[in-house]
Amino acid sequence: MKFPSARGPVSIFLFDLLRAGPEGTADQTYVLRTLAARSVASTENVINDEDLQLAMFCLYELHYGGLAGADERWEWNPGLIAIRQEIEEGFERALRAAVELPALDAADSDSVASVLFGLAAADNGPSMSRYVAKEASLEQLREFLIHKSIYQLKEADPHTWAIPRLNGRPKAAMVEIQADEYGGGRPQRMHSVLFARTMRGLELDDVYGEYVDAVPALTLASTNMMSMFGLNRRLRGAIVGHLAAYEMTSSQPNRLYGNGFRRHGFNEDVTWYFDEHVEADAVHEQIAGRDLAGGLVEAEPALLEDVYFGAAAALAVDALLSAQTMAAWKTGTSSLRIPLPAGA
Amino acid sequence: MSDELSPLHRDREPKDAIVVCPDGPLLVRGDFEIVSTTGEKLPRQRRTVALCRCGASGIKPYCDGTHKLIGFRTDFPDRKAT
Ligand code: FES
Ligand SMILES: [Fe+2]
Ligand SMILES: [Fe+2]
Repeated sequence: MKFPSARGPVSIFLFDLLRAGPEGTADQTYVLRTLAARSVASTENVINDEDLQLAMFCLYELHYGGLAGADERWEWNPGLIAIRQEIEEGFERALRAAVELPALDAADSDSVASVLFGLAAADNGPSMSRYVAKEASLEQLREFLIHKSIYQLKEADPHTWAIPRLNGRPKAAMVEIQADEYGGGRPQRMHSVLFARTMRGLELDDVYGEYVDAVPALTLASTNMMSMFGLNRRLRGAIVGHLAAYEMTSSQPNRLYGNGFRRHGFNEDVTWYFDEHVEADAVHEQIAGRDLAGGLVEAEPALLEDVYFGAAAALAVDALLSAQTMAAWKTGTSSLRIPLPAGA
Repeated sequence: MSDELSPLHRDREPKDAIVVCPDGPLLVRGDFEIVSTTGEKLPRQRRTVALCRCGASGIKPYCDGTHKLIGFRTDFPDRKAT
């Protein structure tokens, strides 16, 4: 993706580094690490910190599609990895503090699935899906897509990191779900491709990362959380729980999202992405709950807590984001940092 | 690998299976067609499907998660049954 605009001292310093090559930068990455550590220590909340979330997003981006103009050798530069770990530590601490976990007594895959279904059902933040279905204006639908585009244009990728860290039943389950996310061998049916089609239907740019500058820290945090869980093997329980929570809160909301776009007269081409998820995720949630999350806990009982953590964190961050977005809409303002040009 | 199946087990492992999901759909995985009473194939988008058994889905015969909203409960088969 293209370089976004920096939002504070850490991202300014980071982007300057990334634009130069990685040779002979050990001193500078060390200085940036100190700066990042200070920023993590002094910020009110890492989850909401514009500068830190943007820096983290770009550090992760080096492992996905890369940043246009950044030397590809930066990806495994030890100085940068150390900076990322510095921010991740604070981010993980903040996420763990933000959630409450259910009792850790589930013993088999059926009971793990049932606890996860319970968590997902209890998710009682403000209902974005009901608002989109009934009230959202066309401008708000476009903002809704812009927030989602940060993840949905690379939908499924963060969870795919987990595949080589799993074995047996949970691995087969993860692969079965991901194969469906990636279109079952049909590139035009990949969920990320369906989402791009929806964006084009609302005359939005479907280039990955195009709207990073427009979205607030929380939107980036929601995707950064998945990257952190997916890229750190020790957090494999959390990425599995995260996927289960996503699948379990998808079918019905997507039906309502589709209704919102139909209400504004958009056709099946635009609602395809949402319609597909109504059906797909009713399958995925069953596999993710029992075979993936439950199967992982049966194989590695010590991961139960992290499975719940990943699920609870996914629900908590998305509830915060919905609340923030809808609070802006309620006062008639944009939920974006940079509002879309009127009528564009 | 630890869960490698012995030849004996391999024969017993069903190629096609219907997973009876507690309080939810029937998950069908394997080699099968979904057809109308006259044998015509119904639209099908994926290999593994969830068939609604609560009766409330808006996209029958497939499940759309509505079973969770109507409090659909299944007590049979017993989860501990062998
Ligand atoms: S079983 Fe899921 S909607 Fe009927
Ligand atoms: Fe998907
Ligand atoms: Fe899914």
